[in-house]
Amino acid sequence: MRKPRKDKAGIMLAAPMGLWVTLFFAVPLLIIVTYSFLKKGLYGGVEWEPSFDAYRQVLDPDFIAVTLRTLWTSILATLTCLALALPTAYAIARSRHQTLFLFLTIIPFWTSSLIRIYAWINLLSTEGLVNNILLALGIIKEPLHLIYNLFAVILVLVYMYLPFAILPLFTAFDRFDFTLVDAARDLGSSKLGALVRIMLPSVRSGITTALVFTAIPVFGAYTVPLLVGGMGSTMVGNIIVDQVQKTRNWPLASAFSVILTLVSLIGVLTVLRGGRKDKKSKEVRT
Amino acid sequence: MRKVHAPRFSQLCLFFVMLFLFMPLIVVAAYSFNSGHGMTWQGFSLQWYEELFTSSHDLWRAFWNSIIIALTSSLTATVIGSAAAIGLKWWSFKLSGYIKVATYLPMILPDVIIGISMLIFFSSINLPLGMFTIYAAHTTFNLPFTYLLVDSRLDEFDFSTIEAARDLGEDRKGAMLRVVVPSIMPGVLSGFLMAITMSIEDFVITFFVSGPGSATLPLYVYSSIRYGVSPVINALSLILILASMALAFIFRRFLKSFAASA
Repeated sequence: MRKPRKDKAGIMLAAPMGLWVTLFFAVPLLIIVTYSFLKKGLYGGVEWEPSFDAYRQVLDPDFIAVTLRTLWTSILATLTCLALALPTAYAIARSRHQTLFLFLTIIPFWTSSLIRIYAWINLLSTEGLVNNILLALGIIKEPLHLIYNLFAVILVLVYMYLPFAILPLFTAFDRFDFTLVDAARDLGSSKLGALVRIMLPSVRSGITTALVFTAIPVFGAYTVPLLVGGMGSTMVGNIIVDQVQKTRNWPLASAFSVILTLVSLIGVLTVLRGGRKDKKSKEVRT
Repeated sequence: MRKVHAPRFSQLCLFFVMLFLFMPLIVVAAYSFNSGHGMTWQGFSLQWYEELFTSSHDLWRAFWNSIIIALTSSLTATVIGSAAAIGLKWWSFKLSGYIKVATYLPMILPDVIIGISMLIFFSSINLPLGMFTIYAAHTTFNLPFTYLLVDSRLDEFDFSTIEAARDLGEDRKGAMLRVVVPSIMPGVLSGFLMAITMSIEDFVITFFVSGPGSATLPLYVYSSIRYGVSPVINALSLILILASMALAFIFRRFLKSFAASA
């Protein structure tokens, strides 16, 4: 590794990006943080008067209920993603057709999110394909309510974010040396014991990454609850948007955004710390 | 060495997960050839494709808006992101940590936060929403990708090639243009393509920062889902699915490194 240089050329190269992200990301984020501590203006906007009103409003029982539901929904969707992704990523990593399966995982991931949600509406709605088939087969007499409820939100969230869980897990399994499992089994370990004691510790950081990078977008979901959810399945993302577009309560929307940002940052820091620990333990081993 | 067999349970999971991932897409694609409106099959027909290509003016305007935004924002993000990757990798200065964090974060934070904070920012400075605000937002969320892909390319760069070029009489600028730029080009190009994909597919952030007349393709799809779906959307879906397949095919050699960076 070369010693870093100290003349002005470096900052000149980085300055345009630095200015850009300052103007269009850091400043807007600071504005939101500031607004969350101000009073709501009479006709939208804010009044420059410090206040904790917004954070007090966050604690309103109705909002608490939505926050708890968001938490519960995200936990359920994230764990389902992980439960499906673990064996899938393992199978892809051990398959002879890795590239093919990665290709198949990435196609839905790169297809417009609205198209994917729309596809599920086609399947789940009252006149959708699932109900049509079940009615035609005589299994049900009346169409089932498969959409505009919490079930649909969780199902479609799992669908949307499953690739987010599969890809980092695949990377972790792919880097794992599977001969170690064979060695453990030769030394008398059971198959499950070998997987749990030998493989699990080395893919742990992959699991954390998958968990956090699925949980963050799920927790901040907006489009899925909007399009396939009902009255009883709104999430925090929907509250934020409603506060901006309908109620025009910028401080409250800002307060919710600040909370969502903090939760996401805590998640990311957990992953980074895990990664650093991994690196250290590897350095010790070699 | 013993022949390695993936255990049956995980293979079964793989099969069902793939089925789960593709079933909705296949259904949409199949029904784009349905001559009826709903989800009951009424015979094969290409009428929705005909309508898509001949009489969907709003859709095509949205499509061209998407293309203009994708090209301009990806180009901006690629140029300033690549330059910054070089500057941050080979020089050390005070603000470098801040610039890196402020570039990464938009990739990690939920889209709603990015969209709402920009909306409030643009409203606070009285900037009318439209093509420019969409361009600014897209460049911002494209930057982490263009920056990171060049940054990881620079990790593999052999610095002695610059010294060799300097020994052979190139000045600093010449070494930069004729040695560094060609060797990071694959990273620059994949960053650019990645940015185009992200830009064309974004809905949430665009939803907040768009104004009248600046609807992009996802916004058009959104309003047709909300306010009466025409099966033309099915036809459009198949074309978009094929586009992402083509893209994944172009990227087939990088899929593994993409999985590692995702």
